[in-house]
Amino acid sequence: MEWETVIGLEIHTQLATKSKIFSAAATAYGAEPNTQACAVDLGLPGVLPVLNEEAVNMAIKFGLGIEAEIAPVSVFARKNYFYPDLPKGYQISQMDLPIVGKGHVDIEVDGTTKRINVTRAHLEEDAGKSLHEDFHGLTGIDLNRAGTPLLEIVSEPDMRSPKEAIAYARSIHNLVKWLGISDGNMEEGSFRCDVNVSVRPKGQAEFGTRREIKNLNSFRFMQQAIDFEVDWQIEQIESGRQIQQATVLFNPNTGETRAMRSKEEANDYRYFPDPDLLPVLIDEALKAKIKADLPELPTAKKQRFINQYQLDNDAATILTSSRFLADYYENVVTESGCEAKLSANWIVGDLLGALNKAGLEISQSPIEASRLAGLLKRIADNTISGKIAKQIFDTLWESAQTADEVIDAQGLRQITDTGAIAAIIDEIIAANQKQVEQYRGGNEKVFGFFVGQVMKAMQGKANPAEVNKLLKDKLQ
Amino acid sequence: MHTKTITELAKSLRAKEFSSVELTHAYLDRIKQYSELNSFITVTEEQALTAANAADKALSLGNAPLLTGIPIAQKDIFCTYGVKTSCGSKMLDNFIAPYNATVVEKFNQAGAVMLGKLNMDEFAMGSSNETSFYGAVQNPWDINTVAGGSSGGSAAAVAARLAVAVTGTDTGGSIRQPAALCGITGLKPTYGRVSRYGMIAYASSLDQGGPMARNAEDAALLLQAMAGFDPKDSTSVDAPVPDYQESLTNSLAGLKIGLPKQFFSADLNPEIAKTLQAAIAEYQRLGAEVKEISMPMLEYAIPAYYVIASAECSANLSRYDGVRFGYRCDNPQDLTDLYTRSRGEAFGAEVKRRILMGTYALSAGYYDAYYLKAQKVRKLISDDFKRAFSEVDVIMGPVSPSTAFGIGEKIADPIEMYLADIYTIAINLAGLPALSIPAGFVNAMPVGLQIIGNYFDEARLLNVAHQYQQETDWHKQTPKGFE
Amino acid sequence: MSLSATDVKKIAHLARLGIEDKDVAHYAQDLSGMLDLVAQMNALNTENVSAMAHPLEQHQRLRADVVSEVNLREQFQAIAPQVEAGLYLVPKVIE
Repeated sequence: MEWETVIGLEIHTQLATKSKIFSAAATAYGAEPNTQACAVDLGLPGVLPVLNEEAVNMAIKFGLGIEAEIAPVSVFARKNYFYPDLPKGYQISQMDLPIVGKGHVDIEVDGTTKRINVTRAHLEEDAGKSLHEDFHGLTGIDLNRAGTPLLEIVSEPDMRSPKEAIAYARSIHNLVKWLGISDGNMEEGSFRCDVNVSVRPKGQAEFGTRREIKNLNSFRFMQQAIDFEVDWQIEQIESGRQIQQATVLFNPNTGETRAMRSKEEANDYRYFPDPDLLPVLIDEALKAKIKADLPELPTAKKQRFINQYQLDNDAATILTSSRFLADYYENVVTESGCEAKLSANWIVGDLLGALNKAGLEISQSPIEASRLAGLLKRIADNTISGKIAKQIFDTLWESAQTADEVIDAQGLRQITDTGAIAAIIDEIIAANQKQVEQYRGGNEKVFGFFVGQVMKAMQGKANPAEVNKLLKDKLQ
Repeated sequence: MHTKTITELAKSLRAKEFSSVELTHAYLDRIKQYSELNSFITVTEEQALTAANAADKALSLGNAPLLTGIPIAQKDIFCTYGVKTSCGSKMLDNFIAPYNATVVEKFNQAGAVMLGKLNMDEFAMGSSNETSFYGAVQNPWDINTVAGGSSGGSAAAVAARLAVAVTGTDTGGSIRQPAALCGITGLKPTYGRVSRYGMIAYASSLDQGGPMARNAEDAALLLQAMAGFDPKDSTSVDAPVPDYQESLTNSLAGLKIGLPKQFFSADLNPEIAKTLQAAIAEYQRLGAEVKEISMPMLEYAIPAYYVIASAECSANLSRYDGVRFGYRCDNPQDLTDLYTRSRGEAFGAEVKRRILMGTYALSAGYYDAYYLKAQKVRKLISDDFKRAFSEVDVIMGPVSPSTAFGIGEKIADPIEMYLADIYTIAINLAGLPALSIPAGFVNAMPVGLQIIGNYFDEARLLNVAHQYQQETDWHKQTPKGFE
Repeated sequence: MSLSATDVKKIAHLARLGIEDKDVAHYAQDLSGMLDLVAQMNALNTENVSAMAHPLEQHQRLRADVVSEVNLREQFQAIAPQVEAGLYLVPKVIE
């Protein structure tokens, strides 16, 4: 039987506010345990929550970024359950009236664009962390993270393959960083995905029973986890067993998923409106103000890159995969004098390649946009050849010099003086009569030999176009 | 010294008739002398004397705020830095609050001297103070009867002159009912008028702190210190606080008093009814007009209240889990054992009942039938009041269907106890201000008159109470043995 | 409406509230009484009535995103039942 995979995602992204969503404690990552947990975060008797304005603004930003409805009135609710990393015994979240309503993002998989619908996005507080290292058989609780603002983004079950799921997750990941509302740091837990997976016979209308893979914090794990889960579910069904709805954990060491023990019993969260918080009103003026400050969004920018710079779809996709990269690209284009395609080729090919090899992000690039632009400018005005440029690129990577400084210091200026090139060509023709005869006898491959010899004699500095032209003339 | 009101004490302190330290000593001695009443959970003798000393210095420099050096006490529901804040529960018997409630902070700034922390029903759940982990409070008018609740310790302390004035909190009548039963003046302000920050939550959308004092004038002074916007409480209202002293002397001529016929039905003890009628007649002599009104939704207040308050408390009390503070059971076997035993061993029966009730009302499949329904009923009740206040200035009625009952008399039947809150609960659901003033005695036990005002109309309530107290001396009576 | 002992045990578990077996029947009776009381609301038609969550028709005030809290771990943990290395300790959590 042929099976179809159905996937929906719940993404928790920490918002990049300075203070917590309901208290004035810091949200910085990596502090000593419980040093950033104030009375409100600890749920001491009598304390009360007050909502952080910036968390609301960031949620609105996200909503506008996915063309969603922003709720004019939204309400916080208490989600009740007992867990040691949840100090109050309830999480302040949103249920009936989330701040962000229906929206969508478009993803691209194998050259096809697909719209993934977002059901809702709501604000809530993060929980603390349980540390399972051995404290004489006990668990340690660090509540620094408790109260960090989270935006939970819930998709429709619109994805039909792990590839689509990852493309969607990446797209949301790009967007939240793009909008500056999250650092998106997955290793630190700033961006965590719960993946709902089910399978059904192809052509069947109803969904199968889903299992939810909790807390995936890398795209690679997401791929592995979904792959394993899909195979496991199909195997279960094919061997006559039924899938039970469950929450499962992915073990990166084994590549397997397993049902969580602590969530065995059916949860009854007893949501009700939090009486300590009042309805949040968002008026048109605030929405308009945030909208006006919104940066150009990835999809719009990609389309503009294609139109304005004649980039192909792949290059435009890559260059808009992060806001930093897109800005970097446009800076290079501007500073190099509108060498749009050349800039794209160098960034996508050389720069990203080198960064990838070094394990660096574009934001950590040793070569700033201005220095790369300086290099490309010299290619464009024929001061250097592309080959020399690659050599200079390596120097730029390792030093703080500009391309011009390297060119001058190492005498790499390209020779375009036809007289000088012609003189060398004459010498080489004279010294290689055998090859001249071969060429004239019809063996055109030998042409490359002559180019190589000329370049070698001129230490690569000869203008390749000139060399080609003169060689052709003289060999005839 | 203990017979004087705040206004009188403030004068004496400034006239150097006695110092705040002497005054504080006098009250501390009385607290010791009458410790049998059980109105205090904690007496903060050392801190009180330190504060009194500082107050004396401030007074000698002049320009000290009016409450400087005045000995008050806090209901043990308000967090007090470095002092045990038990909320009447075994759960918090070991809880030394690491911060001050906003109300406590405000009294500190006003220069008041805190004598200690007052007994109360556990987590403010109760109408007799009998649910306190620290035991019942005796009513100074008859030590075999209850002081009322949940602010029973507060009311008894003022009635027995163990503090000149105190704080209380009122979720369903917890200031007004003990005030009535102990013959003092107690005001529950409009919801949002007094900050709830640091006031341990029972039912967040109903809880409100307020003053309990010998008379309306003192209550006005206390409210002046307590009221005001607090950025730490999202439900606190950002509106100016009027001068409550200024309006006390306003004439009552033309005041429109509404008397809901539902308040004066056959359920009310006829002796109490007669006492209240006399008080209302006094108001008519003062120039007020009386009008019968109908508030048909009042009878649904108790059911709505017990759903809403229980639901909110079931979540509010989840933080007591034996992890970060408070009671933890011995040798927990696992996480569930830690939770269930810590909570099971440290919460009393009434708290457990309400947590169970609230948990049930919010659980899957019941939310609409209970919680949502109760919120709609709440709206209807609130609309009833809105209608009434379009016709009248204040509403008057009883506080409690009976005078103080015997300790142990009703504790076995929780439902009967709930029903006794019939006259006070609707006011909390609507969020309105209301006060209780002494209006006479039935069988030598005090009877309270309830006066309900429109939103933020505390100044009028205090004015209406004060004018009555100029004509009567019920509020000046002192229980025998406590003179 | 009356609740059984099983109902009470289920609710008590949801609320993580230890109740001794000998008391379960009593709680069942009390809660049933409360539910009867609450059932009086059913006499009211609330079909077109809006739910009232707060006494005042106010909306949420927002706090500026400023860090003003300082580290008070020592004070907070002085009142904790069990701590080590700055962490609150609980019986082992099994996920």
